[in-house]
Amino acid sequence: MELWYSLVDLLPFEWAQPGHMFFMKNALLAILVISPLFGLLSTMVVQSRMSFFSDALGHSAFTGVAVGSLCGLGEPLGAAVAFALGFSLLFTWVRRRTSLGSDTVIGVFSSTAVALGIFIATLDGGSFTRFNSLLIGDILSVDPAKIGLLAAILGAILLLWVLSYNDLLLSALHPALADSRGVKVFWQEALLNAAIAVVVTVAMTWVGLLVINALLVLPAAAARNLAKNTRQYHLFSVLGAVVCGVAGLMCSYYKGASAGAAITLFLAACFALSLLGAGKQK
Amino acid sequence: MIFHNHEDTFGVEGESCHGLCCLRLEDVGVTVGEAQLLHDVSFHLHCGEITALIGPNGAGKSTLFKTILGQLPHSGTIQFHRADGKAQRPVIGYVPQSPAFDRGDPVSVLDFFAAAVERWPVFLPIPPKIRARAEQCLARTHAQGLLDKRLGTLSGGELQRFLMALALEPLPHILILDEPLSGVDVEGEKQLLDMLDELRRTYDLSILLSTHDFATLEGYADKVLLLKTTLLREGSPAEVLESREFRDVFRLDLGRGAR
Repeated sequence: MELWYSLVDLLPFEWAQPGHMFFMKNALLAILVISPLFGLLSTMVVQSRMSFFSDALGHSAFTGVAVGSLCGLGEPLGAAVAFALGFSLLFTWVRRRTSLGSDTVIGVFSSTAVALGIFIATLDGGSFTRFNSLLIGDILSVDPAKIGLLAAILGAILLLWVLSYNDLLLSALHPALADSRGVKVFWQEALLNAAIAVVVTVAMTWVGLLVINALLVLPAAAARNLAKNTRQYHLFSVLGAVVCGVAGLMCSYYKGASAGAAITLFLAACFALSLLGAGKQK
Repeated sequence: MIFHNHEDTFGVEGESCHGLCCLRLEDVGVTVGEAQLLHDVSFHLHCGEITALIGPNGAGKSTLFKTILGQLPHSGTIQFHRADGKAQRPVIGYVPQSPAFDRGDPVSVLDFFAAAVERWPVFLPIPPKIRARAEQCLARTHAQGLLDKRLGTLSGGELQRFLMALALEPLPHILILDEPLSGVDVEGEKQLLDMLDELRRTYDLSILLSTHDFATLEGYADKVLLLKTTLLREGSPAEVLESREFRDVFRLDLGRGAR
């Protein structure tokens, strides 16, 4: 962290002066870790048509926190991650077992999980307001230990991408063809869903549940409008996420609004621009 | 893999493989829940032969393909024997029925090919060696010019040629094509059939394809299988097309089925 602080001190911003505003410097580093993470995952969420699933995961992630606090855990993050993992694997399994449409299964899971969360949170007359902070998120509350955790997750996702991206892509594009070439399509889906579940759950405290799905959908949605192959797709998606992430944080610092919301608005603007770009190409 | 002179493979019928490599199905049946999708299906596929699978919609053609590919549990036995008689797990190349890719999918032909064939993750810059190898493989079906096109922009014939090139790498013992002629125009149809003929001669492959295009069967199929949950008739194109079973099955939709 010392190295990071001395690096940031070189920046020409008032908050970058040496010796104070550490929360802002932490937040900037966290954004630089979170945004490529979401940029990467985003490519696969959009390619596999999982944007509704990740939305459902986000909305039900607080249920894990509620379950965690019901069990009397001081730090409910572990319980929340376990809950989200269980949720995503059960979903993958049920979707394979039933002939119902994917959107229907997601709807069933999402509403059940949200209802369970609200039920537990309001049990014995409890107030829901203590969960409000999760809805909006607060990037400025991130501490160095949590940045380390996020960096470890980024590393794990990168490793997953290097080892499994080809199989993930084949499974998403043509499951039957992938299967005929020896790809374990079910496990690839399960792995991807589990990865999305972990990232959404861990990041929600800082990004905010209400907008977290935007980070999983918008970067790749914008990149798709411009990219001609997989490499451009990744480059545009990650680059867009990082640029909008930093811009959103700055905007939220100077204007005092939520960083998650500001980042989302910047991403939406990128998407609109990419639509114009796509229109010109054709 | 052991190659055999394909001249020997013609006209081979009956119970044994006669010293040729072949895929044997014996009494194969598939039941999903209450529904019996296939029962008592027995036939042999020999190297160097093109076998056409025909039958009305819902006859179990795709089910049979999935079963041979090992994607469905089945009763009976499916075994592959090499020319020297040894049983072995066959390499099967599968060309699915013209899949629809999104026009917007940011996936090039090279991306898809490399993702299926190579270990190198395709989101990273692709080394020239892999590109060259892909180009070589695509040349087998005259598809090398498609490398940088996006999947969603390929025409029906181009997509079939690309998927065939993919199915030929690694070189399979058996090539299975699900309705390769649907969505392809007359010119493309002739090209595809000529190419299949060339492939089985060059690589001594067993080719199994399903089709509704009975008019062209005579020109290229060595054997025709008429399927409707079970095998109703097996033989040369002329034998099957003139059989009573064929007339019975297609009596109602002959006008639609035959072109």
